[in-house]
Formats: sequence, structure tokens, C-alpha cells
Amino acid sequence: MRLPLLFAAGTPSRRVLADFMRSPAAVAGLAVFLLIAVAALAAPLIAPQDPYALAQLDIMDGRLPPGSESMAGFTYLLGTDDQGRDMWSAILYGMRISLGVGLVSAVFACLVGTFLGLFAAYVGGRTESLVMRLVDLQLSFPTILVALMILAIMGKSIVNVILALVIVEWAYYARTVRGAALVERNKEYIEAGRGLRLSGARLMLRHLLPNCLPPIIVIGTMQIARAIALEATLSFLGLGVPITEPSLGLLIANGNQYMQAGLYWISVYPGVALLLIIVSINMVGDRLRDVLNPRLNK
Amino acid sequence: MFLWLTKRLSQAAMVVLAMTVIVFIGLHLLGNPVDVLLSPEATALERERLIADLGLDRPLWMQYFAFLQGIWHGNMGTSFVFNMPALDLIKQRLPATLELAMAALLIALVIGLPCGLVAGLKPKAWYSRLMMSGSVLGFSLPTFWVGLMLIMVFSVRLGWLPSSGRGETVTLLGVQWSIFTRDGLAHLVLPAINLALFKVSMVMRLTRAGVAEAAKMDYVRFARAKGLSGRRIVGVHILKNILIPVVTVVGMEFGSTIAFAVVTESIFAYPGMGKLIIDSINQLDRPVIVAYLIVIVIMFVVINLVVDVLYRLLDPRVRLEGKA
Repeated sequence: MRLPLLFAAGTPSRRVLADFMRSPAAVAGLAVFLLIAVAALAAPLIAPQDPYALAQLDIMDGRLPPGSESMAGFTYLLGTDDQGRDMWSAILYGMRISLGVGLVSAVFACLVGTFLGLFAAYVGGRTESLVMRLVDLQLSFPTILVALMILAIMGKSIVNVILALVIVEWAYYARTVRGAALVERNKEYIEAGRGLRLSGARLMLRHLLPNCLPPIIVIGTMQIARAIALEATLSFLGLGVPITEPSLGLLIANGNQYMQAGLYWISVYPGVALLLIIVSINMVGDRLRDVLNPRLNK
Repeated sequence: MFLWLTKRLSQAAMVVLAMTVIVFIGLHLLGNPVDVLLSPEATALERERLIADLGLDRPLWMQYFAFLQGIWHGNMGTSFVFNMPALDLIKQRLPATLELAMAALLIALVIGLPCGLVAGLKPKAWYSRLMMSGSVLGFSLPTFWVGLMLIMVFSVRLGWLPSSGRGETVTLLGVQWSIFTRDGLAHLVLPAINLALFKVSMVMRLTRAGVAEAAKMDYVRFARAKGLSGRRIVGVHILKNILIPVVTVVGMEFGSTIAFAVVTESIFAYPGMGKLIIDSINQLDRPVIVAYLIVIVIMFVVINLVVDVLYRLLDPRVRLEGKA
């Protein structure tokens, strides 16, 4: 499957793309998300200040409201926090960490869940019921509780946060993939592949997997948003990323103590950034679900 | 039914047991339990006594059984921070969390049911669409962010409601309650709304789906043909049929409400179990962490079990499926 061919006229991918583009809300969501992703990636280039170079911070500039000028004559668009850190720069860097943790955990969860789901559906029997039992067990506990348990036992660190997110999320992929693969497993092309004595791995990865992709894409989009929200929640509770690499959740937590004093900007603006990310991903995911779901296409 | 119940019970016991193994391994492999259980100021003598007490010279499986025995007798160590038995500490904080979770579920039902009903009966109306879009937000907005906004608007800007603590409590049957005082209720409003938001969306969607499905059923058409009033059809025939699944799901959500109370309690400095576990993790108060994990897992397994049993009793179709 070469990429130029993927979107050639008349192919299903092209149809899906065209369908997707028909929803202004989804296109807007995608645009906002891409903009945020680019801004996060380019943070060191576009941020007016390196928020973690302590030498650049001036404590005299602490807690300035949005639009104030610094001692050096530079405008803090979104104000500063208690240490005189420019909030706009802190948010750009925070988005990098939030998006990074969310994406990495979603990718790993997707790999683990997809593999186990495919394997369960293809092999069947005891292996399948064992995997599905695990999935049921995992899903019967709320995400926050599982993440809390892992972090309580293993301690706080960015790797453990990612691990916790993967453990929380793999089950959603596994359940979805198995459902899709069960339907595909009984179709003629798989039977034909078996007749040709293709290896199990080849059948699973080259034939079964591509046909299970649509639901994986939909679940994946939604799970990225969920992972970002959960990471923010954990960081807000002080269980997530370390203070030296603050994600949006930690920025919000830092501002929380100043909320009572009316210094709203320290936590409101990182919160707005978080909301933009989550809502834009969900808008894309919502549309993808409508477009890729054959039952609704009739 | 009996066979099923035995199977289900043993499965629940297995989950609890597996959990104790995980906690035990986590406690013992990732850090010396002596360092973990002993306060940093302990002397060498105290240290040796603890090693003997814990039986750390014995093989691992014997230590595990000692750990299990401790749990069985309700002895899960003493909190370093509060200097009282960890389990008592949790028992003391439990009522606050239960109160909060119940209030949240009540709000979810009181708001979610009517909204879902309206949205299901008039799916094309603008207010129905507005409510459904609102429910998407309820699902996707992070709880802690909404909590902060509630504080900002209702406590800081408007000054209507308090933003932290539990307020005045009264002791009834040996337990402290805040729902019986004006001050306590005022302190409960914002956290309960915050915790309820996600559940409101869920109840709304469930009800809407149920109503939309029920409205097409023959019994509703028949009732309409009989000339019954719209109010009677909705209030008696439709509502009765959708109430069972909605109430079951809300019951099932009780456990997750208690879990998510961790977030809400931290924002509103509400002295429940959830705030206790976060504080304990941050202060490395391991006995409390262990006790919390064990208690919450047992609570969860019991809730899941009760819901499963109730579901089979309430809905005969599930029982038949099990037999086939």
C-alpha cells in the first residue's frame, strides 16, 4: 500500500476523507489540534522565554496580570506565575509534555491491546477467554483507581505515569479489536488465506489487522484525549509528572492556590489549553466514528 | 442460580486475593518494608525489633501469610502521620466520602432523568440537541478543571458557597454527618455538583436512548391507540420500563463515584477517603496506602457482586441466557 495510492480518486480512504471534510466542526477540530501540535513541537522556537531557565526568571515580575510589561519592557500576554514565569511560554512547554505523554501511552496501549485482541480472536478457545476475562476485570475498575494503585505502589515518575496509562487503556483496544476481528475471522478471504496455508502471523497482521483498522482509529483518537485528560488529572493531584517537567495539569495545580486570591490567570489559561486539546480531539473522533461506522452509512 | 453464585463468589475472592498479592509484592520488592514501615527517626533497637516482629527472616510465602492474617484481623499497621491505626483512619473518613458520592448520584438522577426523558421524546428540538451537546462536554471535560471553575465562579467571584472543608457536622449513631446542618449542606453543594457532572451526562444519554427505543414499542403504540394521555404513557409505561436499566447502571457507578471522589475531594479540600489517600501517597504514609487499596478493592468487588446478583434477580432474560 503506497501512500500516493492511498488517497487516489475512488478509493475508500478518499471517500472517508471527503466524508470527514463535510463536517465543519470536525475540520475545525482537526485544524485546532494541528495548530496546537505544531505550536507544542515548536515551543522552543516561538516561546518568548525558556520557562525552566531559572536565570531568565525575575521574581519581581511574579503574579503579574495578563498584558503587563516586565522590568525588561517585554509584555506578558497571559500574565506570570508566582516565580515570574511567563504563562504563555509555560503553556507552550506544558502542551509538549501533555501531548507527548498522551500520545506515547496511547501508542503503547494500542500496540498491546491490538495485539492481544487480534491474538485472542484468531486463536480462540482458552487463550481468548483468559484475555477477555482480564479485559473484563480491568474495565470493571475505574481508570482513576487503577492509575492511582499503580502510582501508589510503584511511586511517582513520568515512566510510571505512562505505564499506568497503558495499563488503564489497553483493555479498550483489546475489546474493540477482538470484536472486529471476530466478525472478519469468518469471512471468505481469511478462509482463502488458510487454504493457501499462509502462516498465522501473516494472516493476522497482513489480512486481519488492516480490516480491523477503522474501529482502532476511532478508539485510538478518543483514547488519546482520555489519556491526556487522565495525565492532567494525575499531575494535578501531584501524582503525575515531576515538578521539573510541568505538564498542563501541574501548571493548573500550581495556580490553584492563587485562585482564592483572585489571581485566576495562573490556572485558567493552562486549563483553556487543556480544554482546546481535549475538545478538538473529541470533535475529530466523533466525526471519524460517524464516517467509519458502516452501520450509520446506510 | 446457586451454582452461578458459588462461581461468582469464588471469582470475587480470587480478585481480592490477587490484589493482596500485588500489594504485597509492591510493598516488599520496591523498597525495604523496614524503611517503609519505620519512621526515619527510629533507633537501631527499634529497627531490629521490627524485623523480628515482621518476621523478615522467614521465607517470603510465610511472610505473605502473615500479611494476609493481618488484613483478616483488620490490622494494617499504624499511620506515621496521624499515629493511629490505618484502618481506623479510613473508617473515620469513609462517611464523608459516602455522603459525597450519594449526593452526587442523587443529583445525577434528579437532573439526568428528566433531561434525558425530554431529549428522548423530542429528539429534534433545539433544546434536546443543546442538552446532548452539553452531555458531550460533561463526558470530556476533566473533573478537576470543572471543579476549579466552580470555585472561581461561585466562591471567589460570587461568594455564594464555601470552597473547602466539610463544614459543621453532627454526630449521629457514632458517625459524623454534615447533611443535617445548614453549614454542612452548603459545603456539600459544590463538590457534589462537580462529582455529579459526568454521571449527569451518563444518566441523560442512557435515559434518552431508553426512551427513544421504548417509544417505538408496540405497548406504547397500543396505549396511544387506547387514547391514554401522553402524560400517563410517559410517566407510567415508558418510565417504568427504562427505570430498571438506568437505576442498575447508577448503582454500578457507585463504586466509580467513590473512586473519582479522589479528584473532587482534593480540589475542595474535602476530608474524605480520597483526600486521605492522595495526602498519604504524597507523604509516603505506606500503611494508610496499603489499607486504602485493600479496603477499596474489597468494596469494589462487593459492589460488582451485588449489582450482578441484583441484575439477575431483576431481569429474567439474563438468567435464561445463562442457562442456554
